[in-house]
Amino acid sequence: MTSTVELPVRKGESGDKAAHGPRRRVPGRIRRIGLPYLLLLPALILELLVHLVPMVIGIVMSFKELTQFYIRDWGAAPWAGLDNFRMSVDFDAPVGEALLHSFFVTVAFTLLSVGLCWLIGTAAAICMQDTFRGRGLLRALFLVPYALPVYAAVITWVFMFQHDNGLVNHVLHDQLGLTDKPSFWLIGDNSFIALLVVSVWKGWPFAFLIVMAGLQNIPRELYEAAALDGAGMWQQIRRITLPSLGAVNQVLILVLFLWTFNDFNTPYVLFGKSAPEAADLISVHIYQASFVTWNFGTGSAMSVLLLLFLLLVTGVYLAVTSRGRRASRA
Amino acid sequence: MRSIRAAAVGAVTMSLALAASACGGGSSTEGGSNDSPKTLTYWASNQGASIEIDKKVLQPELDKFKKQTGIEVKVEVVPWSDLLNRILTATTSGQGPDVLNIGNTWSASLQATGALLPWDAKNFEAIGGKDRFVDSALGSTGAEGKDPAAVPLYSMAYALYYNKKMFADAGIAQPPTTWAEFVEDGKKLSKGGKWALGVEGANPSENIHHAVVFAKQHGGDFFTADGKPDFTNDGAVAGVKEFVDLMAKDKVIAPGNAEYAQNQSVSDFAKGKTAMLLWQSASANLKSQGMSEDSFGIAPVPVQSGTPGTGTGVNSMVMGINLAVFKNSDNLDGAKKFVKFMTSDAEQKILNTAYSSIPPVKGAQADAAFNTPANGVLKNTLATSAVAAPQVADESQFETAVGTAIKGLFADAAAGRAVTTESVKAALEKAQAQMPAA
Repeated sequence: MTSTVELPVRKGESGDKAAHGPRRRVPGRIRRIGLPYLLLLPALILELLVHLVPMVIGIVMSFKELTQFYIRDWGAAPWAGLDNFRMSVDFDAPVGEALLHSFFVTVAFTLLSVGLCWLIGTAAAICMQDTFRGRGLLRALFLVPYALPVYAAVITWVFMFQHDNGLVNHVLHDQLGLTDKPSFWLIGDNSFIALLVVSVWKGWPFAFLIVMAGLQNIPRELYEAAALDGAGMWQQIRRITLPSLGAVNQVLILVLFLWTFNDFNTPYVLFGKSAPEAADLISVHIYQASFVTWNFGTGSAMSVLLLLFLLLVTGVYLAVTSRGRRASRA
Repeated sequence: MRSIRAAAVGAVTMSLALAASACGGGSSTEGGSNDSPKTLTYWASNQGASIEIDKKVLQPELDKFKKQTGIEVKVEVVPWSDLLNRILTATTSGQGPDVLNIGNTWSASLQATGALLPWDAKNFEAIGGKDRFVDSALGSTGAEGKDPAAVPLYSMAYALYYNKKMFADAGIAQPPTTWAEFVEDGKKLSKGGKWALGVEGANPSENIHHAVVFAKQHGGDFFTADGKPDFTNDGAVAGVKEFVDLMAKDKVIAPGNAEYAQNQSVSDFAKGKTAMLLWQSASANLKSQGMSEDSFGIAPVPVQSGTPGTGTGVNSMVMGINLAVFKNSDNLDGAKKFVKFMTSDAEQKILNTAYSSIPPVKGAQADAAFNTPANGVLKNTLATSAVAAPQVADESQFETAVGTAIKGLFADAAAGRAVTTESVKAALEKAQAQMPAA
């Protein structure tokens, strides 16, 4: 119905076109080429608003002396040039030294956490590759930590890690007698272990989920052929499963790395505003550096440095792994 | 064709709408106004045992205010752990409440942001005059020589709360008046799974309140006379060490307290797990946790020697809550009316009774309700032996930096590591390095 109504209009249009020739054709072409961009516009604007604008503002802030005297009117804050950056990377001075320490803690934590998440996730996914009774139930159960809201999950761990009434000390000390006296988990050196445990507990189901999906794409025939050739389970995993998961693992490890390196919620809920030195992750460190001194310029400079580091790592990682995969394919 | 065109029009419209709404974020004007005279938003600090209790205390009073003025006050009780960050965010974005409670120790820091309405002579006149307030409370409302950034609302002081029965069982007749006596009594009380004292070892602000007083008792200050951080002078180091040593050396505090930050020490005292508590205006809180009023006694916080007084005899900070108005409020007159209402003699009596604090308003303080022995200790401390928090712009940074350092020292003590003059000095040195360059 609509098209019949529209027809005469179109006719009129084409009549105009004949009269004015090329002048009417240009908008038509622009419209054709421009339409996809027009349709992308809302997404682009949202992306700008939600991601790019705050990032740019953060970068601008890192060049300003944004202290409590100026937070009400950012425009009035004096430019600091590279001072904020210089202060952050002066590793002989206390601020830079603390940032470097926090950086190393974060690297160690991230390597351990990502490694363990991947290992446990992959092992669980491979174990559950074959159908057996109760597989669906177990899968659902394994995904629970990933599905829980972070705050609710981590605050439960806080209660379990408490010195006086916590479940962890109750089991380790009171029941099993593994320690001489109840340990502190939320303060002091053990806090690194507590943080790692919670992070792995929360992160491995994601690795499990992704690897499980990747496994669906490996044809069963490959395993059957390998079995006929006499390959054992380990050889099947090494020669078939892991190489076939290459592309999945490439993305999985990158995503896990970025999430873990940047994780703010877990340490913040676990330790509050002032994390113990042993578990001083860089995201909380930057937060604390900003809010302790109320100098948001320094905090922003540290964030920009973190951004540059992560960009560099991601770039190198993608370049290396892609080349490696191309080489192995050739 | 038409559906594509419709989609394109939709896309453009939505983009424009988004762009427009993004531009039109803040509507509040810089200087404040009286554009919405019928409503006020109010951020109250958490004064009672819980946020629910505070709402119950405040709501009837706000209803009264509405009846008098027709202004509706929307109150939100903000927990202490969030309050400073919320205020900072509100300052940065310009999107805050009209009226808010601030910890009086933050007055100078927040004054420096320029976000709060200065209480000059004209504004004070609108709420009945500056001379209605007691001097010690006015001393914690901002930097010297500047118009106050806030008006005193509740005054509090630290006192020693002790469990009468546990004292009697241990054969202690009188609460200790010096720290030497305190430790001696503490050793008698710390046995059989019970401990002498409870502290909030992982709560930076709580640590600071004690550190300032201990440092004063050793003749030390955390800031020089011209407001520069000086955390490592002998008095400050000795003061912090003496405080942490109550756990590390004297062992009168349970090691588990090193991770306390949610007022567990108050609950421990109410449950009879600890015999003493150094707290500000705790009576109402203890009662709400089931402790009867005659089962605990209140005494002044111990000193090094002699009796509490000025100089090295101080035994509390001037604690309290101030009421501030955001400069960019769109109901400035209403906000001032509300401050006048909250600081009126009648309201001061009601609110300070509910929170077991002392009214900073002279007229209300004279009331018989605040002359009980318990309130007498607090009132006397405030009048004779309390020291104001450093009124410098970096005060809140100092609270976080030094408070966190002490949290680390308690963690060392709890883990059985030695706390020495050197380790205390090193921790304080690190805290000082975090302070903004002067």
